[in-house]
Amino acid sequence: MIINGVAIDATFAEAFPMKATRAIITAQNEKWAMISAQAMTGFATSVIACGCEAGIERVLDPSETPDGRPGVSVMIFAMGGKGLAKQLETRAGQCVLTSPTSALFAGIDGGTRIALGKNLRYFGDGFQVAKLIDGKRYWRIPVMDGEFLTEATTGQVDAIGGGNFLVLAQSQPQALAACEAAIEEMRKIPNVIMPFPGGVVRSGSKVGSKYAALGASTNDAFCPTLKGMTKTDLSPEIESVMEIVIDGLTKEDIDKAMRVGIQAVCDLGAANGIKRISAGNYGGKLGPFHFHLQEIMA
Amino acid sequence: MSALTFTLKQRPDQRVDMSPLVCQKLVDLELAEIAAITLQNGKRKIRVDELFSIAGADAQNIVIKNSFGKLDFIGKELDGGRITVEGDAGAYLGLGMKSGEIEVSGDVGLYAACEMKKGKLIINGNAGDFLGAALPGNKMGMKGGTILVKGNVGERAGDHMRRGNILIEGNAGDYCGSRMTAGTIAVMGQTGRYLGFAMRRGTLLLWNQPQASARFNDCGAHTLAFLPILFASFKKLNSKFADNSAAFNRVQRYAGDMSEMGRGEVLVKIS
Repeated sequence: MIINGVAIDATFAEAFPMKATRAIITAQNEKWAMISAQAMTGFATSVIACGCEAGIERVLDPSETPDGRPGVSVMIFAMGGKGLAKQLETRAGQCVLTSPTSALFAGIDGGTRIALGKNLRYFGDGFQVAKLIDGKRYWRIPVMDGEFLTEATTGQVDAIGGGNFLVLAQSQPQALAACEAAIEEMRKIPNVIMPFPGGVVRSGSKVGSKYAALGASTNDAFCPTLKGMTKTDLSPEIESVMEIVIDGLTKEDIDKAMRVGIQAVCDLGAANGIKRISAGNYGGKLGPFHFHLQEIMA
Repeated sequence: MSALTFTLKQRPDQRVDMSPLVCQKLVDLELAEIAAITLQNGKRKIRVDELFSIAGADAQNIVIKNSFGKLDFIGKELDGGRITVEGDAGAYLGLGMKSGEIEVSGDVGLYAACEMKKGKLIINGNAGDFLGAALPGNKMGMKGGTILVKGNVGERAGDHMRRGNILIEGNAGDYCGSRMTAGTIAVMGQTGRYLGFAMRRGTLLLWNQPQASARFNDCGAHTLAFLPILFASFKKLNSKFADNSAAFNRVQRYAGDMSEMGRGEVLVKIS
């Protein structure tokens, strides 16, 4: 399959089951809601070493937030419910509770309930106040700038992590420009996050390593500087490869995000140095969800 | 299916215990069976059809017409369904109510919604003393749900209240929120003496400055983030509380009762 001069590999991205949650951060203005959201989703690119994968889903209009203030929706993904709950609590406590004017609300009403502000209330040292409003429990925790309002719990649902595609380009600037275009479109899709810096990862990994202590190592088949010294997957004109990883609530959400992302890359086309789209395919070792590129783009 | 309607034929001299006539107890009964139910009337028992003419069939939607202030225990432990009272209601309206909705067009007597657990109670007139309170000797009053009173309420509203909302469009009598453990009482009108007497936790949300009390300490003026959420939850009500103009988030906060636990609060609107 070729779209606008870009070859779409007959391959698939492998993804795996995860647990996910969503939280809504509001603040006095969008600037401070975003600062809090960025802090909360920081150092959360990959479960390999971060404990979770997190990202900003989208900016929310005041009419969409529970308290009528500007807000940001964040999503956190982890391999298990226990790990997710731990990550959510520590991040909420260190990054949102601490952030001026912030308030924190559940972003998923159904699912298994996990603690959002339920345990943060103890920071109130006995001065905290519970309010049950329309069946939802909130905690009002006195803090130095006034009161931190947080919903007690949020929902945890089954989700999918590790959807991905690779952009193979003639040069590094061209690969990055294509990925930027893809991310811009993919951020419009709900229920997904692209957890790596700016949504793009330049150090895609393969499973395993020559070093016993490492479970993952550089994906040498896609490293352009190794073309002459490893079993490469790159043709001579490819000088740079970048990857976009997608975590989403459902397979359909990831399908949609991959489709608009790949389309944005292909719209730049061969004329802008984009040669191929491939995907992280580890022969079925990684996960049960397979996203076939050509089916998605059909 | 039309509402199951009980129309009072004539006002009895003695008080009537209406507790058998709740939705969940009538749901599978024929009209003849309902007519044969006996109600306690003073010291004697009286058949329902002696007191009321009965019409309709939907036991989930009960209407009591020509009601007056001696019909006690209407909607006692109501567990789903709706009871509409046209006229006044006596004491213990919605006692221990578990879910569902009761609406009264007139006034209600003592202990309305006392020990209520869930559901909605709307009183278009005035309410007597001990609204949403605990029965005498009990330590736990209303535990959930919403009470809306469009008129005034008597003394001790929310006594020993544990959870839920009491919304009062009019005035509240003395000892409003006394011995409250938690929950919210909002009063648009004036409040009487000894507001929040011995309250441990909970919120008294006031539109007008109450009488000064040495038992409450001024914590200053604040913009509180939970208030817009609380007011948003009132939007579904047919009430002044649902008006956008009623909502505010800027309040003077008083903490108390300092002679008790002191974790309660009186929030007074700053206009």
